Amino acid sequence: MNWLFRYANPHNFMRLSNVLLPIAAVATALCLAVGLYLGFTVPPDYQQGSTVLLLFIHVPADVAAEAAYGAIAVCSLLSLVWRHPLSDIAGRAAAPFGAVFTALGLITGALWGKPMWGTYWVWDARLTSFLLLLFLYFGYMALWNAIEDESRAGRAAAILALVGAVNIPIIKFSVNWWSTLHQGESIASGKIAPVYLWPLLIMMLGYMLLFVSLWMLRIRTVILERRARTLMQGSAA
Amino acid sequence: MSPFLTLLMRDIKLAARSGGSAFLALSFFALVATLVPLGVGADLRLLARVGGGVLWVGAVLAALLSLDRLFQGDFEDGSLDLIALSPLPLELTALAKMLAHWLSTGAALTLLSPLLALLFNLPPAATLTLFLSLLLGTPAVSAVGAIGASLTLSLKRGGLILPLIILPLLSPVVIFGAGAVSLTLDRLAPGGALGLLAAFSAGAVLLSPFAAAASVRLNLGG
Repeated sequence: MNWLFRYANPHNFMRLSNVLLPIAAVATALCLAVGLYLGFTVPPDYQQGSTVLLLFIHVPADVAAEAAYGAIAVCSLLSLVWRHPLSDIAGRAAAPFGAVFTALGLITGALWGKPMWGTYWVWDARLTSFLLLLFLYFGYMALWNAIEDESRAGRAAAILALVGAVNIPIIKFSVNWWSTLHQGESIASGKIAPVYLWPLLIMMLGYMLLFVSLWMLRIRTVILERRARTLMQGSAA
Repeated sequence: MSPFLTLLMRDIKLAARSGGSAFLALSFFALVATLVPLGVGADLRLLARVGGGVLWVGAVLAALLSLDRLFQGDFEDGSLDLIALSPLPLELTALAKMLAHWLSTGAALTLLSPLLALLFNLPPAATLTLFLSLLLGTPAVSAVGAIGASLTLSLKRGGLILPLIILPLLSPVVIFGAGAVSLTLDRLAPGGALGLLAAFSAGAVLLSPFAAAASVRLNLGG
């Protein structure tokens, strides 16, 4: 665990992210550019026509939305067990991005649903569980903002995030039990044609890199904000 | 009397007397059940179809009403500090408060539900399923709700955040509870749904005292 604690120190994190952030940003731009170019040039699907393009925007958003919650859950565990301050900051910083990816997944899904299913919204299992995920993000952010004392807010939000992480598989199972219309998983089962698979994988990587870059940037901003506040309080005294 | 029972009896007395939160929850539940036919129309076939779901949602919302005071009142007047100092572990304190909340809301709502099912024209078999599903499912509402109540106990307006935190986590309860009633209406066996509901409740009651105690501890400045 030693390496983990080395970067839990804000000073070391700033040094490391100073190097990593430009690399991640360039890689993001590259992946999104290549992925979108490939996505626009794929042959239209025999059933879905040109709306198949939404595949490359919609699916990666959903994956990033879930990954962001996973990141918050890991940060929360680190915060509760080892109480290092950086994981509180990191958990809080990841939430708005996760919420935006979830909303993006819902919106692109609705736009895709209209031509394919004939309606913007269906109470299908996958859609419903993502709507609930969006509310989980809202609750997490609302709790963070409501408690004034930052270390208390961080630990309370961490407990909530872990309760949510335990509950998410149950919610998914229960919503699946309730109704399903959404198409099943098609990447690992090999049901997707390679011409669509490559742009999709590149876009997924692009979205993940986008999340990581924005996340690092946000954590850096919060650390700098705190330093600025400390300096101002020092000069005022 | 053991500290656990003392705390349980005290909280039940408070729910029954001061402010009468148990009575308020029951009235709210009955009012929701009255307003829904006014909104969707008095077609008895339609009401029978949606009755299970409406009564389940109504019961969850009614149980939520008094939840924000679960720890808050004791926190504000300082008695929570004394309770925390007592020989009773905080986990058992949380369990006693959950149990008191369930007895004064969930159990009371369950007892009232057959009467409201009558207003929704639910057949006897579906009424029995609704009764059983509320009996099995409402403990989970109190248990998960106690986590939310303990997280927001120091907030002036915790009552506003509490539903936002709790309701997404309670979606499985509503799905299985109302689903069991729908299965009965379709002349299918509701046993599977009731079993899943009971499993969720058991898990929630078992695990949430630990989460609630942890967040009480951090709010008491531990």
